[in-house]
Amino acid sequence: MIASGPQGMAAKALSPEIAELVSYGDDNLVLAQRLGEWISNAPELEIDIALGNIALDHLGVARALYTYAGEVEGEGRTEDDFAMRRTEREFRNVLLVEQPNGDFAHTIVRQFFFDVYSQILWSGLADGDDNTGAGIAGRAVKEAAYHFEFSSSWLIRLGDGTEESHRRAQAAVDALWRFTAEIASDEWLARVSSVFETAGLAIPDDPYQRVGGRDGYHTEHLGFLLAEMQWMDRAYPGLEW
Amino acid sequence: MDGSGIPGAGMVSVATDVRAVVASVVDPEIPVLTIEDLGILRDVAETQDGVTVTITPTYSGCPAMRQIEADIAAALRRAGFSDFEIIVQQSPAWTTDWMGEEARRKLAEFGIAPPTDEVVCPRCQADHPRLVARFGSTACKALMVCSSCGEPFDHFKQY
Repeated sequence: MIASGPQGMAAKALSPEIAELVSYGDDNLVLAQRLGEWISNAPELEIDIALGNIALDHLGVARALYTYAGEVEGEGRTEDDFAMRRTEREFRNVLLVEQPNGDFAHTIVRQFFFDVYSQILWSGLADGDDNTGAGIAGRAVKEAAYHFEFSSSWLIRLGDGTEESHRRAQAAVDALWRFTAEIASDEWLARVSSVFETAGLAIPDDPYQRVGGRDGYHTEHLGFLLAEMQWMDRAYPGLEW
Repeated sequence: MDGSGIPGAGMVSVATDVRAVVASVVDPEIPVLTIEDLGILRDVAETQDGVTVTITPTYSGCPAMRQIEADIAAALRRAGFSDFEIIVQQSPAWTTDWMGEEARRKLAEFGIAPPTDEVVCPRCQADHPRLVARFGSTACKALMVCSSCGEPFDHFKQY
């Protein structure tokens, strides 16, 4: 890691434990930022409020994970250091969450894939030996289930709706499937397939998959997202609310 | 508020006062409920180094937590306590099961259906209300409408 921050701080190599906390924090922060782009632009008011609420949940999870990672590291790094003062190559989020919102179908498919992953991830960690981690996961797993109710029911409505909504939902699945290898497991595939069956959607035949997010190799979209999210803190170092 | 479970039992009378000060802080969005009613307040301890307040965050997306921390600090300062620390404890995870009967009654009187699987209208007590929006005005609430009296109302989500 040779990347260097604007204040000249060299990027840190993280211990596996901290790296894991930070990578899940990155997933949630990046997805929160993406969902926030919908605010005032969603198809209807209820969806606008729902997407904003879901974004806040993801942001809250990211803040808790970064704060905890900073405590474990013990070098005084805060949630803002992780969120605002790391470069693109230091982010460890999966590629799926940084993909652009696209149309509503793209946003719902992205959310649905991630909600299934989150439910499996957090239910595993909620029973873990790490007390604080289990506490964060214990809350997040309930929220993931609540988000899943929203995303899966919309996916079914779109897939099993009009010809146009079905076409768009399938197009979103076809476009985003290549980013699922980083989050997929047997359980994930079983849950996704079950909803797909109800929604009348098909898993694409094309086996191509893009990976690398967990190693800091991102698609071109993340840099632009971070530039927008971090510019204030970069322009005015140490700025506080 | 009997002060039980508070470390430093030799200072129980003082600790009880401190606990009363902290426990009287209300939720900024639902001012009929105190942080004790909501189960956010886990512990208040007084030692020679000062007061330690332990709270547990509710929903990850709740922006009120920061305000609650500031309100606890302000209440302690008003009561003359200057040395204190507020610890945010993540585990065990907060649940609406920590909300007592009294808190649920106050919530219903305020017009918000308390957290439960079997929601009833807080105005006319009719059951089987219709869910209007899964995501409501704050992170903790969903919007419902009564199928009997037709009034819309908030439901405090069960977590």
